Amino acid sequence: MAKTIEEINEKIKKGKAVVLTAEEIIDYVAAKGAKRAAQEVDVVTTGTFGPMCSSGAYFNVGHSKPRIKLGGGKTFLNDVPVYTGFAAVDFFLGATAMAEDDPRNKIYPGKFAYGGAYVIEELVAGKDVKMTATAYGTDCYPRKAIETYISLKDMNEAVLLNIRNAYQNYNVAVNLSDKVIYTYMGVLQPKMGNANYCSAGQLSPLLNDPLFKTVGIGTRIFLGGGIGYVVGNGTQHNPGVKRTEGGVPKTPSGTLCVTGDLKTMNRKWLRGTSYTGYGVTLTVGIGVPIPILDEEILRYAAVRDEEILAQVVDYSESYPQCVPGSIGEVNYKQLKSGKITVQGREIPTAGLSSYLKAREIAKALKEWIETGKFLLTQPVELLLSADSGIVFKTLRERPIEKTA
Amino acid sequence: MQKKRIVLSYPHHLVDQPVISKLVKDYDLVVNIMRARITPNEEGRLVLELTGKRAGMEAGLKYLSEIGVEIQPLAQDVKWHEDRCTHCTACISICPTKALDVERKNMEVSFKRDKCIACELCIPVCPYQAMEILF
Repeated sequence: MAKTIEEINEKIKKGKAVVLTAEEIIDYVAAKGAKRAAQEVDVVTTGTFGPMCSSGAYFNVGHSKPRIKLGGGKTFLNDVPVYTGFAAVDFFLGATAMAEDDPRNKIYPGKFAYGGAYVIEELVAGKDVKMTATAYGTDCYPRKAIETYISLKDMNEAVLLNIRNAYQNYNVAVNLSDKVIYTYMGVLQPKMGNANYCSAGQLSPLLNDPLFKTVGIGTRIFLGGGIGYVVGNGTQHNPGVKRTEGGVPKTPSGTLCVTGDLKTMNRKWLRGTSYTGYGVTLTVGIGVPIPILDEEILRYAAVRDEEILAQVVDYSESYPQCVPGSIGEVNYKQLKSGKITVQGREIPTAGLSSYLKAREIAKALKEWIETGKFLLTQPVELLLSADSGIVFKTLRERPIEKTA
Repeated sequence: MQKKRIVLSYPHHLVDQPVISKLVKDYDLVVNIMRARITPNEEGRLVLELTGKRAGMEAGLKYLSEIGVEIQPLAQDVKWHEDRCTHCTACISICPTKALDVERKNMEVSFKRDKCIACELCIPVCPYQAMEILF
């Protein structure tokens, strides 16, 4: 019999909800069968902890005396520039932003030791950061410069807003060239010396609800150790890709845009991250609860690593030149075994997304629900799915015409 | 037979002395040089694996101390900051000796000091600065 989110929430409030992680549900279904499991289990919790570059946070730091209009001027947190194109004391800090004098990759391959993601981590840890700003000064906002320490508790609002997180599946990166390359998929050794993957596989939020039967606008989630919400689909949301018989996308597909109050979060689940030769990023912990409303939803949530396929992509030529093409298809069970076979060759694998931490998140969310601390939400609207007709576009460049 | 992995720091005046050959000839030690760095006007640093009989090992190390070479176990120079490690496993495929390894059932990364040869390959590969080698 189908359940509703209201019914599940009633059980959660009474401490009677049956909650399993996306890993635990696999054996449960194997033992009891999908039909019975769908009746008995109320929620399946998922988790992922990986680098997610399109992350950031917006802040309101309060008005100084006399007032300053940061908007239209330049503002820095620990020398990292923030985006000030708003009103007087609002700004946005992007995870990948770097200090203007950061050497970047001038000394090859480049360390990228500090940036926006680290500022976010330090703020969440309760540390003081240095805010410096210059402004043009107006009659109502006369001040032209400010220099002060600031911490999260001093701010009116501090809100994480990640415009693309929790990618549903991802490429497996290899390097076909004869020199080492430094990518956002890690350091790739020449001639397919290694293969790096980046997904929690069977624990990953969107791989457990591949057709977005439950996740949508307003879904309450575990975000950075605190409470967050799904804003909607993330950027590059591309549900129209090829899928397995079980509905799992075979290439990168759906994404989430998520938000939450930074003041409720924990640095353990928001980590500044440096990819040598590539840049700074934020490693984000996300857990999405899946209400088991019917047997179909349960079957999707019981997906196993061996049923999730990923494409092996060359990052020396194919990816940078934006030439589509896969040189092999592997599953996550193979990837997690430590070696895969591509074009007849055995290649060692390594992950960039932590499965251990993904499990910890799924367990934490399970515990929040079991103890009644976390109730499920009815999404305002589900995410656009395979039937949406969304076409993923590349940039079509057009020459700028010279005006006389 | 004993095996020891050590880091030797040479003072400036010893850099041009045949110290290692003495270990081989006089103390019957098998020497495997894993890393070596000698900079002009600075001290030299060597990472060695020594294999030999207990008596030879003790006497050899005593000789090194007496001529002014500072000895410390390799483990002291390599740090795995467990609190920074996220167990992502990015380092696993690059580590040549499996000092950094993952227990596949839980996907938990561990660092075994005695296997580390301080090659530093893990340093640029770790996105969380969890490995530190002071060499």
